[in-house]
Amino acid sequence: MSELLKVSSNPHIRSKVTTNGIMMTVVLALLPMAGFGIYQFRTDALVLILCSVGTAVLTEFLFGLYTKKQTISDLSAVVTGLLLALNLPPGAPWWVAVLGSLFAILVVKLLFGGLGQNFMNPALAARCFLLISFPAIMTDFTYDAFTGATPLAALKAGEEVNVLDMVIGRTTGTIGETSMIAIVIGACILLLTGVIDLRIPGSYLISFLLFVILFGGHGMNPAYLSAQLAGGGLMLGAFFMATDYVTRPITVKGQYIYGIFLGIMTGIFRIFGSAAEGVSYAIILGNLLVPLIEKITKPKAFGKGGRR
Amino acid sequence: MGQKIAEGGGFVSAPVYASVSGTVKVVEPRRVVTGDSIMSIVVENDGLYEDIGFYPIAPTDKLTKDEIIDCIKEAGIVGMGGAGFPTHVKLSPKEPESIEYCIANCAECEPYLTSDYRRMLEEPEKLIGGLKIILRLFDNAHGILAVEDNKPECLKLLKSLAKDEPRISVKALRTKYPQGAERQLIYATTGRKINSTMLPADVGCIVNNVDTIVAVYRAVSEGRPLMERIVTVTGDAVAKPRNFRVKVGTSYKTLVDEAGGFSVTPQKIICGGPMMGFGMFDLDVPVTKTSTALLAFRYDDVSAMESSPCINCGRCVEVCPGRIIPSKLSDYAERFQDEAFLANDGMECCECGCCSFICPAKRPLTQNIKSMRKIQLAKKKK
Repeated sequence: MSELLKVSSNPHIRSKVTTNGIMMTVVLALLPMAGFGIYQFRTDALVLILCSVGTAVLTEFLFGLYTKKQTISDLSAVVTGLLLALNLPPGAPWWVAVLGSLFAILVVKLLFGGLGQNFMNPALAARCFLLISFPAIMTDFTYDAFTGATPLAALKAGEEVNVLDMVIGRTTGTIGETSMIAIVIGACILLLTGVIDLRIPGSYLISFLLFVILFGGHGMNPAYLSAQLAGGGLMLGAFFMATDYVTRPITVKGQYIYGIFLGIMTGIFRIFGSAAEGVSYAIILGNLLVPLIEKITKPKAFGKGGRR
Repeated sequence: MGQKIAEGGGFVSAPVYASVSGTVKVVEPRRVVTGDSIMSIVVENDGLYEDIGFYPIAPTDKLTKDEIIDCIKEAGIVGMGGAGFPTHVKLSPKEPESIEYCIANCAECEPYLTSDYRRMLEEPEKLIGGLKIILRLFDNAHGILAVEDNKPECLKLLKSLAKDEPRISVKALRTKYPQGAERQLIYATTGRKINSTMLPADVGCIVNNVDTIVAVYRAVSEGRPLMERIVTVTGDAVAKPRNFRVKVGTSYKTLVDEAGGFSVTPQKIICGGPMMGFGMFDLDVPVTKTSTALLAFRYDDVSAMESSPCINCGRCVEVCPGRIIPSKLSDYAERFQDEAFLANDGMECCECGCCSFICPAKRPLTQNIKSMRKIQLAKKKK
């Protein structure tokens, strides 16, 4: 035979799923929220999204020039930039997005070894960084027609909130968290394409709900509970950030434990904490516990442990 | 044809028979599929296919257990699913009375292969006959024909043939890979689990491949030694993909010619299945008792893809039949962290290839783990 054959160790076939394809799906799933954000907050949202995504990709590109290893094509920087933008208040100045995105990509991701090596969700770490550094900007949700507090802050102050408004998105909040409809569409895209499963979001939301029923002081009041569920970054966090592959446990049992932990922590922050919101901190804390959770939930190898 | 030309030396070995009639030309090292050179007997085929005459030593129901085992041993039968373990050794466990299930592995070992399927459709009565012979060795055993549910006509055929056999039943299994792997098959049929350090006999099971069981039937009731097998020739570069009844020792090149040659120049040729087979660099090697298939692909998936960093997606964990964490074990293997590798059950890997297949980052997980396992096994031997 004249043509040379390729020889390699088995297996010889590969599935069509690629890292790139997964990232692309996530970007697609985030678009409904970004779209609604832009519809609701107009150019302010658009500028923030462009600044955030642009900075993320540019940072990774420049770092790639320095290390002589280009990684922007895996699209993970786009995902991080977009997620961060969705977590910013619409009234924030453009440089907040740039600074946060730089921090997320350079400090949290690249300095720790790049994709797959970061121990915290970069977008969330950056949000927390901004929240601590510029608390006034990051908690000011006053925007044109929407004066006053976010639904969660109102809820905490003991005021009535309109749940229907929260579902449609006629409230104030960060760019991506206001409309439940947009979030659910995005979540469905991820679930149906198999990018994520319900283990973490399910255990997160259920344990949070139970916590609020027990300690929220309103018992089973459906209006209060649905406002808690739909309010703030809970849905966004549960479906798009707690499920981040890199920073969640890889073991199946571990994922349930992680979800339950997040639910309880979010409950504690929201009900007993000083701020109305707690999802970001809960997930960041959960990220830090991942190595420990993986250690205690190491699966038992098939057939291990003797007869039958 | 049918003359014994090599005797099994050790306990775990089997004799070899001439698969054609002719003259022995030379005994010399010849290259085999894996690329190694192995002492081979070269028989010049006179093209007459005259056999020496095959006679069973006695009617099957008159044979004692020892005579049956002897018959199987003499016929040179080995596990024909791919592992090639001598069947008479497998059928001689320490406590034959503790065997509760004799499982006929009718789940095709790998995707693309259809040789077991053909065998079941064409010679189902021999399969059942062979299983009955094996059951005679184990007084307390029940026979199970384990067939994947994507072969409804096989299930129907075998069920109708086995309905008057009190000791044999047919079981439909979910179609998935690696359903035909011994550990998974035992679990799927009986719910019993074994690990890498146990034998099926430890949980009262004996598993044999379809082709092996048919070979047992032919050896015991017809007196024919093992000289041929069914080989699947397929892949998108093969002009006319089909199954062949092949004499052991036939060159793979002949098989390709018989299948109409290549329709396009293949980039990759595999001996065996796509998940666990060997990549071949030369077609001029012989079919052996354990050759299941020849696959020729127009494009090679593997060399076309570059591996990127692990994103911890967990897909490898979800597909691993050994219930270990391939991504981590692969890391330990890459860094030669022996202790971590062993402590995290690296040796429980069955090298099925599922993790490498599914990995979106296209990391060589199976390959890394496999290499490390070899290192560890070599260390153990020292």
